[in-house]
Amino acid sequence: MKAEGIQAASWLLIALPLAGAAILLLGGRRTDRWGHLLGVTASAASFVVGVAMFAQMLGYDAEERRRTLHLWDFIDAGVVKVGADLLVDPLSISFVLLITGVGTLIHVYSIGYMAHDPDRRRFFAYLNLFVAAMLTLVLGGNYVITFLGWEGVGLASYLLIGFWQYKPTAATAAKKAFVVNRVGDLGFLTALMLMFAVFGTAGFDQILGTGAEHVGAAAKLSSGTATALGLLLLLGACGKSAQLPLQSWLLDAMEGPTPVSALIHAATMVTAGVYLIVRSAAIFEMSHTAQLVVTIVGAATLLAGAVIGCGKDDIKKALAGSTMSQIGYMHLAAGLGKTGYVFAIAHLIAHGFFKAGLFLGAGSVMHGMNDDVNMRHYGGLRKMMVLTWATFGLGYLAIIGFPFLSGWFTKDGIIEAAFEKGGTSGSILGACALIGAGITAYYMSRVMFMTFYGEKRWEEGVHPHESPKVMTVPLILLSFGSVFAGGFLVLGGFADFLAPVVGEPEHHEFKFITVPGIATFVLMVLGAGIAWRQYGARPVPTTAPKGSFVTVAARKDLYGDALNESLLMRPGQWLTRLAVWFDNRGVDGAVNGLAAGIGGTSGRVRRIQTGFVRSYALSMFFGAAVIVAALLAVNVS
Amino acid sequence: MNDFPWLSVLIALPLVGALVVALLPSARETLAKQVTLGVSVVVAALALVMTSQFDTGGARFQFEEKYWWIKQFGVHWAVGVDGIALTLVVLSVILVPLVVLASWDEAGRSGGVDVPARRSAKTYFALLLGLEATMIGVFAATDVFLFYVFFEAMLIPVYFIIGYYGGAQRSYAAVKFLLYSLFGGLLMLVAVIWLYPLSAKAPSAGGVGHGTFLFSELSTMHIEPTTARWLFLGFFVAFAIKAPMVPVHTWLPDAAAQSPAGALVLVVGVLDKVGTYGMLRFCLELFPGAAKWATPVVLALAVVSIIYGAVLAIGQVDLKRLVAYTSVSHFGFIVLGIFAMTTAGQSGAALYMINHGFSTGALFLIVGFMIVRRRSARIADFGGVQKIAPVLAGTFLVAGLSGLSLPGLAPFVSEFMVFTGTFERYRVPAVIATIGIVLAAIYILWTYQRTMGGPAAEPVRAMPDLSAREKLAVAPIIAIIVAMGFFPQPVLDVINPSVKQTMVRLDRHDPAPKINVAENGARP
Repeated sequence: MKAEGIQAASWLLIALPLAGAAILLLGGRRTDRWGHLLGVTASAASFVVGVAMFAQMLGYDAEERRRTLHLWDFIDAGVVKVGADLLVDPLSISFVLLITGVGTLIHVYSIGYMAHDPDRRRFFAYLNLFVAAMLTLVLGGNYVITFLGWEGVGLASYLLIGFWQYKPTAATAAKKAFVVNRVGDLGFLTALMLMFAVFGTAGFDQILGTGAEHVGAAAKLSSGTATALGLLLLLGACGKSAQLPLQSWLLDAMEGPTPVSALIHAATMVTAGVYLIVRSAAIFEMSHTAQLVVTIVGAATLLAGAVIGCGKDDIKKALAGSTMSQIGYMHLAAGLGKTGYVFAIAHLIAHGFFKAGLFLGAGSVMHGMNDDVNMRHYGGLRKMMVLTWATFGLGYLAIIGFPFLSGWFTKDGIIEAAFEKGGTSGSILGACALIGAGITAYYMSRVMFMTFYGEKRWEEGVHPHESPKVMTVPLILLSFGSVFAGGFLVLGGFADFLAPVVGEPEHHEFKFITVPGIATFVLMVLGAGIAWRQYGARPVPTTAPKGSFVTVAARKDLYGDALNESLLMRPGQWLTRLAVWFDNRGVDGAVNGLAAGIGGTSGRVRRIQTGFVRSYALSMFFGAAVIVAALLAVNVS
Repeated sequence: MNDFPWLSVLIALPLVGALVVALLPSARETLAKQVTLGVSVVVAALALVMTSQFDTGGARFQFEEKYWWIKQFGVHWAVGVDGIALTLVVLSVILVPLVVLASWDEAGRSGGVDVPARRSAKTYFALLLGLEATMIGVFAATDVFLFYVFFEAMLIPVYFIIGYYGGAQRSYAAVKFLLYSLFGGLLMLVAVIWLYPLSAKAPSAGGVGHGTFLFSELSTMHIEPTTARWLFLGFFVAFAIKAPMVPVHTWLPDAAAQSPAGALVLVVGVLDKVGTYGMLRFCLELFPGAAKWATPVVLALAVVSIIYGAVLAIGQVDLKRLVAYTSVSHFGFIVLGIFAMTTAGQSGAALYMINHGFSTGALFLIVGFMIVRRRSARIADFGGVQKIAPVLAGTFLVAGLSGLSLPGLAPFVSEFMVFTGTFERYRVPAVIATIGIVLAAIYILWTYQRTMGGPAAEPVRAMPDLSAREKLAVAPIIAIIVAMGFFPQPVLDVINPSVKQTMVRLDRHDPAPKINVAENGARP
């Protein structure tokens, strides 16, 4: 159905932050004084539009909530027919509220966090650009527009990771993020080509159908094509969401300013892969293989991320490992099909709140600690930063799955859904998710204890202090989400809300006490207990001890970079050098031989150069003579 | 207005301008620049007025003029443009004034680093105008012989621009450029002349009954397959050198390294397009059977160009050579789209030519600004520019991102169409070519990192940001790249009818999608 009312203006969602970015970038230094205010206003205005659209949607019957908007004909040539289309439905509106809501809070926070940066205006321009691109990604009405947003967020991510370009590490990390993401894009792009070849379109309406039953053209896919499409989309998702084997960029991405890590590399962009898979449910449901691979990638990443999180002393990197791990949970859920979609999205939203809160809390700590990120230099900060401690603590309890907080509702849901899958694969996936929950409790408790408890370990001259209100107020608001979002979604009928898009889960009444739930709780207490013994009850050394084999591996991101280096980068450099040598000697050699016949080295060529002009004229003359002669000969005959 | 000889005027005007500029006294350098700029702006304005009169639903070739030139040999002064040629003409006339503006202060000095000797600025600008005339002519020619004349005449201004205004190795580069081009040109000449007796044959024997070089008549002939293949090769090799494709690409990096950056905008942005334009127009439409015969080899060469060019771009230490190699990769995409022989592929290739012209044009302009500031084209001599000259760095980044076909910028649309159009018929080459998008990210962003990122070295700290004149030169291109990234359809509407004609001549139809979306039933 066509969008009406305020939904017919859903393009405003994208246009407002885009205009903000354009004004701030083109306006240059003239906009320095009020640039951050414009940035916040643009994002907040987008949020207001989003809320109005949401209210309008709630007024519709469930089956009428899917609304499309055709803006203009984007491309039309041969098989490539693409409209600039937007789709407003329960799935996209959920994302819109998350992106603009959390996004605006992070904008506000950044006013304080970036207050002393001479380029704060440019920072806000990029943040606005990101919001616009991310909204394009989730609102796109066909895969091409989604891809447009997909690459747009990649650009914003690149610009923001490398915001401090003058730091070589930041410049390298930004490039790495973009290049690794491009490998994923290669999958997405090939999926697009395959869609056009198979369906002759990339429209959601045509491929996925317009109802919850997914009766689109995807239902006619052969399982081979469906598997191919699913795996290609998954490759794209792996790049954007930092899932194995394309995970390596996310930890380096922490080079960006902390609000960026909160917004892009925790709450929104990195979850785009989950969006893509849930959106493409109709395709994945045609291939059990593709679904299985999604769950395997999710389970493997949730463990790998958690292990990496255990080994990091850098507070942001520990949280980044955690992000990988939590998104692994979401992928696991998305691969489970109808039982999992709701939990994947619910966990995604809850995670958006508590992980943004955790990152911003980490930023608040860094703000008070002269930008030191090493947790071994923290300790006992709860007394200096009460608000940061309290809000961070609530986020911490939410992520480890403390009963009745957000993570408990959503993550336990995923663990149960994995067991419910049944069979060997269900047991293995469930066990992975369960163990992951234990490790999560361990590494998050480690972060909590190293930062806020124990003795102070910072140097003379560092004066930890609470952050200004402009930073703590967003923290407080996000902590409400950490506490209530999960329960609100799971108990408040989110499953019914999403049902028109992803279908009804087989049974979705929530049970407060289940066997996996109890097991998760036990493992959580165990993980937190071990962390307390190691980091709470004992003093933490300010330099890292040597550590066991596992610790060393975790510190080195489980050798992901080493693997990339030896498998791709070094052979690549070698190949490049060989190619350059070959192009200069091999291909060019023959030609240079010819040139040498005429002029030899460049020096000799130069000497005869004037003569050469003459010989050129001569050859022109000669050529002309040949033409005339030839034509005459033809004419005569 | 439709009787107005638009194209002849567009060709003559810059030529007259070139003569006027050349005849000005050497001391009046500023006047020479002003005249050049004035003429090129008038030409651009005229061309845009002409474009507004183009009827996308009308005849294929419009603004046609036809006069006898050498009646005895069947040669016409025949000009006219279809959508593909029109967009290329527009590309040329937009780029020329911007190049003039960008080269305002640099032309007198040598474009190279090691040659400070001053050369006559007015000659440089006269050569630019002369080049403009031949560029418009080569795209407007609808007589194959006339096309050949412009094709060869184009070499003269470029040869002198590289040879007189280039860097230390300018002579070597100019000679190499000329040798390659002449070699290709001679092969094409043989093929062109060969067409004449073929056309003189009676219609029953495949000819049109009288000797002619008119494209409209030649493209209806039936040429015996073996002959057609030889003729195809004659044209194709000439165009592959011009484009340039691996393995006949090596003149371009040398020419690029030595040529002044401003002129490179036209050499790589426009002049090289004659190669791919020629393939689409002449190789395919004059010899459709032979084109199909050669397709597997051409596709393979295109894919090799894409990957090989990109890998070499990564390995370059000189900015101009780097951009030149990226173009080898991009030309691979264009050729891929042309020989995919689908509507999406060919429309995409035609659009790609325009987009690449703007995108690479912007890159070369900005690289030129960088070289003027640092007196060096070596990547290692830069670093940290972002902090010193943010506008320069920003424009470089936008141009670079368009070079890696970022969605939202014009080149994405064309590259996507080429990919999809190729995949429809030839899946393996399309999938292999996707590696090119990863390599593109590496060569652009690594270059950005090394030149703009990191701490600023001492000589870089003295770099001024873009001047008003430089901003004026590069802003229109950036605006076009962004606008065409979101609204490519108006340009595609101009291109599509011509592509449709090419597909008819080729007797090729787009493969039908496997699943018919229209008759959508319930899940089985």
